[in-house]
Amino acid sequence: MTLRERLRQKISAAFYHHGLLCASYPVPIILFTSASILTCCYPLLRLPLPGTGPVEFTTAVRGYASPSHNPLGDPVERPDWYRGPPVAYIQQVLVKAAVSPWGSNLLPVDAFRPPLGQVFTLLEEIRNHVHSDSSGVQSLEHLCLQVTDLLPGLRRMQTVLPEHGCLLVSPGNYWQNQQELFDSDPDLLKTVQKHEPKGLHTSATLRDLLFGVPGKHTGVSHYSKKRVVTYTITIALSTYDAGFLGSLRARLKQLHPSANCSLGEEHMVHVHFKEEIGIAELIPLVTTYIILFAYIYFSTRKIDMVKSKWGLALAAVVTVLSSLLMSVGLCTLFGLTPTLNGGEIFPYLVVVIGLENVLVLTKSVVSTPVDLEVKLRIAQGLSNESWSIMKNMATELCIILIGYFTLVPAIQEFCLFAVVGLVSDFFLQMFFFTTVLSIDIRRMELADLNRRLPAEAGLPPPKPGPLRPREAPPPPRPSPHTITLQTPAFRNLRLPKRLRVVYFLARTRLAQRIIMVGTVIWIGILVYTDPAGLRTYLAAQVSEQSHLGDPGGGGGQPPHLGGMAPVFPGGDPAKALSVLPAREATPLPENQSQRHLAPGRVQEQPRGPPAATQVPWGAEDEEGWRRLSFRHWPSLFSYYNITLAKRYISILPVIPVTLHLGPQEAPETPRHPQDARLPPDPIPKFSSPDLQAADLTLYKVAALGLAAGVLLVLLLFCLYRVLCPRNYGQNGVSHGRRRRGDLPCDDYGYSPPVSEISPLLLRGHSMDIECLASDGMLLASCCLAGQIRVWDAQTGDCLTYIVHISISLGCEGRDPCVGGDSASEDEGGGFPFRRHAPPLRPPLFTDQPDLTPLIDTNFDSRLPPSSVHAAPPRGAAFDYGGLVERAYTEHEPPSPAAYPSPSYSSSPPTAGFANCRRSPVEAPDRGFACGPPPAAEWEGSVWAMELRGNLIAAGRSSGKLQLWDAVEGSLRCSNEEGASGITALAFLNNRIVAARLDGSLDFFTVELNKPPGLLQYRGAPGRGSMPPSPCYSSDDLISCQLTRSVLCAHQKPITVLRAAAGRVVTGSQDHTVRVYRLDDSCCLFTLQGHSGAITAIYIDETMVLASGGQDGAICLWDVLTGSRVSHVYGHRGDVTSLVCTNTCVISSGLDDLICIWDRSTGIKLYSIQQEVGCGDSLGVISDSLLVTGGQGCVSFWDLNFGDLLQTVYLGQTSDGQGVRQLLVLDNAAIVCDFGSELSLVYVPSVLEKLD
Amino acid sequence: MADSTPGGYGSEPGPRPAPGPYISAVTNRTTNLVIRGAMLFSVGVFLALVLNLLQVQRNVTLFPPDVISSIFSSAWWVPPCCGTASALIGLLYPCIDSRLGEPHRFKREWSSVMRCVAVFVGINHASAKVDFANNVQLSLTLAALSVGLWWSFDRSRSGFSLGVVIALLATLATQLLVYNGVFQYTSPDFLYIRSWLPCIFFAGVITMGNIGRQLALLTVMLIS
Repeated sequence: MTLRERLRQKISAAFYHHGLLCASYPVPIILFTSASILTCCYPLLRLPLPGTGPVEFTTAVRGYASPSHNPLGDPVERPDWYRGPPVAYIQQVLVKAAVSPWGSNLLPVDAFRPPLGQVFTLLEEIRNHVHSDSSGVQSLEHLCLQVTDLLPGLRRMQTVLPEHGCLLVSPGNYWQNQQELFDSDPDLLKTVQKHEPKGLHTSATLRDLLFGVPGKHTGVSHYSKKRVVTYTITIALSTYDAGFLGSLRARLKQLHPSANCSLGEEHMVHVHFKEEIGIAELIPLVTTYIILFAYIYFSTRKIDMVKSKWGLALAAVVTVLSSLLMSVGLCTLFGLTPTLNGGEIFPYLVVVIGLENVLVLTKSVVSTPVDLEVKLRIAQGLSNESWSIMKNMATELCIILIGYFTLVPAIQEFCLFAVVGLVSDFFLQMFFFTTVLSIDIRRMELADLNRRLPAEAGLPPPKPGPLRPREAPPPPRPSPHTITLQTPAFRNLRLPKRLRVVYFLARTRLAQRIIMVGTVIWIGILVYTDPAGLRTYLAAQVSEQSHLGDPGGGGGQPPHLGGMAPVFPGGDPAKALSVLPAREATPLPENQSQRHLAPGRVQEQPRGPPAATQVPWGAEDEEGWRRLSFRHWPSLFSYYNITLAKRYISILPVIPVTLHLGPQEAPETPRHPQDARLPPDPIPKFSSPDLQAADLTLYKVAALGLAAGVLLVLLLFCLYRVLCPRNYGQNGVSHGRRRRGDLPCDDYGYSPPVSEISPLLLRGHSMDIECLASDGMLLASCCLAGQIRVWDAQTGDCLTYIVHISISLGCEGRDPCVGGDSASEDEGGGFPFRRHAPPLRPPLFTDQPDLTPLIDTNFDSRLPPSSVHAAPPRGAAFDYGGLVERAYTEHEPPSPAAYPSPSYSSSPPTAGFANCRRSPVEAPDRGFACGPPPAAEWEGSVWAMELRGNLIAAGRSSGKLQLWDAVEGSLRCSNEEGASGITALAFLNNRIVAARLDGSLDFFTVELNKPPGLLQYRGAPGRGSMPPSPCYSSDDLISCQLTRSVLCAHQKPITVLRAAAGRVVTGSQDHTVRVYRLDDSCCLFTLQGHSGAITAIYIDETMVLASGGQDGAICLWDVLTGSRVSHVYGHRGDVTSLVCTNTCVISSGLDDLICIWDRSTGIKLYSIQQEVGCGDSLGVISDSLLVTGGQGCVSFWDLNFGDLLQTVYLGQTSDGQGVRQLLVLDNAAIVCDFGSELSLVYVPSVLEKLD
Repeated sequence: MADSTPGGYGSEPGPRPAPGPYISAVTNRTTNLVIRGAMLFSVGVFLALVLNLLQVQRNVTLFPPDVISSIFSSAWWVPPCCGTASALIGLLYPCIDSRLGEPHRFKREWSSVMRCVAVFVGINHASAKVDFANNVQLSLTLAALSVGLWWSFDRSRSGFSLGVVIALLATLATQLLVYNGVFQYTSPDFLYIRSWLPCIFFAGVITMGNIGRQLALLTVMLIS
């Protein structure tokens, strides 16, 4: 263990230093890394690019010898594949035959029947050719490539393709190489056409194979204008015998000399074929790639809290890819040629190497304290994760080593690549990615600074915490301590963020499009440059059209000679002829010696029908095989189960043969009686059957391609929907009436449908709700208007209603209080009319609680009991009722502000007066009988409120602490000792702690006293904390006594105050947190660690203390020792609220992010993006259920995994009002403010899930 | 105060006019199950087709005359069976997790699941493409790879035991089918198939369990 620990420390230290190095010198290190990547990838230049066609290599025929397997030091640069003998030598005999001069008595059939008939004599000649020299007698039988059976699936071709013998194909194969069959064939074209495949064909057709030239160049057609028939006799030879081939060439040339032929015969071409990927292989390959992309997508999505998310994701992908390239490059450098198919193993390699390390690094670095220097952050982050990175790497290496010892060559090779890839990936992570990360983080710091500075400069510093996030307009307050509420400035600063999100989406779209365009361009280039691709086709089309448009020939530009032949392979022979005279000036010796058999040569102008057709030889004939499909040879050989993949064939120079059949010879060839019956079409139709067939095929291909494309798009769309149902901007799913813009969705983009849980709306407040307090049973709310309402948390009924403007008695403002389902009028019962009967109150108020359950009842029916018990005030109540003008479904007894008699009060005008809260707009609305508003204004607004038992403690801006009876709505006591506004309250047991704006902290004790004799005791301090009435139902007097006041608890206003477990924790703008003991108000600790004002504190009964500050930091403290347990930076901007559960810490910030942290390690588990302005409303129902507020809705999340469980919309007509406060009650109900309304949401279904 | 108000929510939810959540909760669960099952089924069918293609390819030359038909070369009921089995497995895993009371916490991310699927396809690929000297070597290699898959992506005892049991049962069922002549291996070398079958089954069970757990995490709750 100690060794392990030491090792761990060493590794950690090494990583630390490395991180420092990387962050200190980013540019040199990146340059160094790029250089090493390029160096390692250099050997890859020699590897062929994927996706191109076969490659060629040309050697001279003279002195050719089959290359050996082991290339010796050869001065000539030769490709890697040019080793060993080829699969076969292809010798083509190119026959061009013409009947000339064309006689008028000839049928169209005569244009090709006699020339084709000549093939049999030629074949005979070739087969019987024997060359004898000193080494012995060589015949074709010895040299040719012997083939065996055809593949079992090709039975229908058995009649036309040779079996068990020489691989020698020619058009004669159609007639089994028998002249008799040919002669008796009534319709040659039909025979040829019979073997054509019906449907689509990707490989070469049989016609191409046998004729050896592309179908339209053969001239075997009724409508061929040129009347020159071209075909080849293709011989595949297994061994190369120069002597035999030479003699065969000489013999054929001697028999059928080609007058104007100038074909070169010096070069042979070796063609190397790639491994073809068929559909069967393509489907799994595509599948693996799709899985790979999904993996990359899901991985890089986890990168968070960095400046440029996409930049880092790109860096991660680049790291992995270039490590793969490096591994291949290194392996090639050291002589290990990859034999595996790179495209196939590539996804697996990526998956094995993985992106995890990169993500772990990012996460670790990001979660280091923001206030540290960048290089220290990088170093810390690196060293934190060093052990796990090393462990992972060791494990992976071990696994791969085990794989290596399976002793299967393919797996060994894979493992070798993987090992090298892993090591180079590690190298790149350490050097490249770390540096990129440091640059990114440095940029973020700068950007953060730029962003924060105006925000902090533009805001007045003193801001009481609980009020900060509100957007309410700051009402004019004649308080000496002017508190400016959060101005919308910060919000304005936040607006661009939303814009940035839009831009961000737009950017990603852009990225997708760039990728798509790149792919399309790549495919286009491939198609265009492919030997059998578009370029050839286009060129052919162009030349053909130019020919057709100008039948005289010579219209278009002359085809290039020599090497450019494949570019214009479709050049027609007639055109070639027109340029040929130039070449005839350099006659070849053979031509001259055997010129006597070239009668047609004299007639240079093929004008007029009777003129003899000249047999043209052009440069394109030299390598006529180029015009064939590049699959021609592989398919020919594959019929015999010989694969050409990764092998090569050598194509020898063609032997030209020219056949001139005079018109007198042509009829000599036995015509079949049926030939004459064929309709001779005098006008050569443009749309010949061939062309028609080609067109039809083209249409079929297009239609099928279109259908496949549509299918693919649909499939991808479905896949996309399944994988990522996030609505980018537009609301794709129709949710009926719920169209409020973006639905909240979770980290996976999953947005559960809107639930039909109908929240209970608690209406009654006329202005936005400011404070919420609950003790589980009761719920107290205070609105901006200063009105306090008490609700039953179970039913949502409004129990009491305290309006603070009751100046002139009997004219209290009334407001409706709409409970969930109760609708009743109850006016008289709760209405106190104290001026009339101060001494009579006890009986009156004794009854008060009894009335609460009667709210549902009719007002009239309730009259008798109330009249019985409270006879005197009843009349007043009726007076009051008469003043009411607004009719609501339910009227709640306007619980009056307790009105203490002036004689008791030390400050008569204000003493018991409820306050018409500062807004002048509200005043007329509220109290039509608001007598002296100025006095009421001075009362101050409620800044803090707490509810315990049935006591509401309200802290006012005037510094007054008031205790109200929650049920009756009567003021129990008031304490006016402090002049500074109470910013926060804590009510625990019988103690109330009030934090004031001037940084002082007051501890009060609430005492329940027996009524009679204690008034004096109370009066002794003269603090005015007086029992408002002797009418307390339980006959208890409630006194609120200031036990201790800590004058300078903080240097600056106290922003947060929390109490639990016998501790009081305060947070202030002076960056410190203080812990007091509740019992003796003794300051235990002053916790320093934040670099900004404290904005959120959480403490619970288990002594967990967490604090969050304006610096975005969250600290966890040990309450017993006062030491900092962990310190994380999670938010840009203030931490607005904090909640801890057993396992995690949940924080929300001004950046509208809710972050969930692991409590023990301080690692961020995930984060939830909230809507603007709703960031700080969150609550935890149980250990695994989180509630957050949104725009007009609340969302339930599974805490363990960050899944959105349900969203509940609060109102029918949401105008985007955000939920700013959220309170979780004991019975798993949630109360949240919703503008001027309160919403009570029960979560039954979620609870069921939890159980 | 509070006790004066009629009944707490938890005690009698009846009077509250909110029947929606209950009904929807029930419908949720079933639709949720159906949706998950359907997704797992489709994934299973897809993988079966693709992997079958991999296996078929082993005995096919470069240019098979009819490629498309080879996708469906095996019996028609094989992909649906695979789909059904994967749906069952994918639903069974989270169910067992919740029964055992130990939720699976190891690498609960889609990227991990994707990695798992990729490795599974890779194992199939290796078994189809790599030429092994003998069947023992093939079996051992595949077994090591499968266990590696489990260790990398699952690491739960319940997952392992369930995987082993299902793999053995499936192999047994296949063998029975073959002996009774219902089903025939396309490949002539009988031992070859038998040697890879249990390992592939095991890896497949682990993979589908992984997907199923991840889907269960999502808890798709659709309200019609």
